[in-house]
Amino acid sequence: MITYVARRVLASVPTLWGVATVVFVMARLLPGDPARVIAGVLASPEDVERIRQSMGLDKPLLVQYGTFLGSLLRLNLGVSAHTNAPVVEEIGSRLPYTIELAMVALVLAVTVGLLAGVAAAIRRNTMLDLLISSFSVFGVSMPVYWLGLMMIIVFAIDFHLLPAAGADDPASILMPAVTLALFSLGLIARMTRSSMLEVLGQDYVRTARAKGAPFRSVVFRHALRNALLPIMTVIGLQFGALLGGAVVTETVFAWPGVGRLLIDSIFFRDYPVVQGLVLMFGTTFVVINLLVDLLYAYVDPRIHYT
Amino acid sequence: MHMSTPAFITPEALGAPALAPEIAASVRPSAAWRRLVTHRSAVVGLAVMSIYAVAAILGPIVFPFNPGQSHLIDVFLAPGQQGHLLGTDNLGRDELLLLIYGSRYTLSLGLMAVALGLVVGVPLGAISGYFGGWADIVIQRLTDILLAFPPIVLALGLIAGLGVGLRNVVIAVGLSSVPSFIRLVRADALRLRELPFVEAAVALGVPHWLILVRHVIPNALAPVIVQATLSMGFAILLAASLGFFGLGVQFPTPEWGQMLGEARNYIFSDPNLATIPGLAIFAAVLAFNLVGDGLRDALDPRLN
Repeated sequence: MITYVARRVLASVPTLWGVATVVFVMARLLPGDPARVIAGVLASPEDVERIRQSMGLDKPLLVQYGTFLGSLLRLNLGVSAHTNAPVVEEIGSRLPYTIELAMVALVLAVTVGLLAGVAAAIRRNTMLDLLISSFSVFGVSMPVYWLGLMMIIVFAIDFHLLPAAGADDPASILMPAVTLALFSLGLIARMTRSSMLEVLGQDYVRTARAKGAPFRSVVFRHALRNALLPIMTVIGLQFGALLGGAVVTETVFAWPGVGRLLIDSIFFRDYPVVQGLVLMFGTTFVVINLLVDLLYAYVDPRIHYT
Repeated sequence: MHMSTPAFITPEALGAPALAPEIAASVRPSAAWRRLVTHRSAVVGLAVMSIYAVAAILGPIVFPFNPGQSHLIDVFLAPGQQGHLLGTDNLGRDELLLLIYGSRYTLSLGLMAVALGLVVGVPLGAISGYFGGWADIVIQRLTDILLAFPPIVLALGLIAGLGVGLRNVVIAVGLSSVPSFIRLVRADALRLRELPFVEAAVALGVPHWLILVRHVIPNALAPVIVQATLSMGFAILLAASLGFFGLGVQFPTPEWGQMLGEARNYIFSDPNLATIPGLAIFAAVLAFNLVGDGLRDALDPRLN
């Protein structure tokens, strides 16, 4: 087990290195002179030169790449061009909001998605199944930003039930969380339905029914537990997806998380922050994938720890 | 939009195993088409797609007006007022006209992005699975890295570097559909290279590139078609979200996402402006998802 964990952790190192390299290359795509962009239009040539030197942009690319990787290892992502605060601090102050939003949305998507998927599978080809299946296709096809705006129109403008934006009220999280959850909810419900249908056709389920086990216990004990494995992968992937979805949701609801920071930073041309955020999103996803794989090996004894 | 990715809605992720090549090869297009048109939700999707296609192709011919022309005395008209079926926006532009002209941008953005994904992803996947070895390791590593970024973040990062505009949106959106095609084709190529007809071709001295083009890629096509349809829906969603942020196709081009983003500023005074383009995007994405699901069922008889 320990060797498996060590190997799997080591295997994610090249991916993380690749993620960092992609971010480095992305920064060099900037048309024109990054120092010029960061200094702003009003800066004097001397200012631009000073920034170029302080950012090491006058050095050869390979040296820049080395410095970039070196500072990453020390968790130094540079300084925001907009606020002059360290990028790590900028991201750190916003991250808790995004994590809170993503967690609430994930819990919502997993509980409702699992229940809906199980219900659709055991009531296969009934109205309920049709309803749940259509709802999940809707969820996957709905533009999140549009759903968010519609919810604002209905719940905030027409009925004055919920705050339209911000994070000041405890009830503020409701609309963004539901909006964010819908896509994952639809996907988890679909996945659960098809996975459950497959398992319900297995011999051991028939045996359990034949020996007289109560229906509820067959569904949840025998079937769902075995159907859960592929669902777990989807749920793991969904956490990454939720982080991406947060970019949009946070912007619609003015939720002060990292997603909104990303959009704002693009408009401020605050490239160090954009770069830091892209890196953070990529790294988070690799780490979550790693955790899901390890959990997988822990839950499923058929996976060999070699 | 959950820019969560086309990568996340691969057929595998939705519980459908990729087609075995023998079965994929045995699916005659006519038989698959018959199954598709008896698939009720797929027919609904096909109908919506045809309406959009007609609007995009014929709309500007039937209504040869400049959709961007503003009429500042007719702003914020409600649907039906003064002959404007869907009302007018903040500049007095007719909403229906904007939608019709916008369908051109939205649909062609989706098409071009998926085409880019296919052109890059399919050959890479075929090479990766067919040759194995170092090529496989390198391509799979690259795929892992691409998949590490949520598609919307990857697209935003690229747009931040490349700048806004139609071409860059296509690149940003297309790139995020590449990994799913690589994975899909690789899985089939892995199986196909072991099959007798490929071995026979090798034994006859057929060059590898010709085997890839003649035998591997055509036999891996069925799941690729399904994925391409689903990717279209996702690409439309992603491109529209870039437009929504004001980072896609730029004003005054009437792209649906950009219209929705504009409408956000008038959400208190005229909610219709947000409702209408959103519905258009929703219906388009839904149509592609329904047809994609229908195609999967039609191309994979084992599932019935």
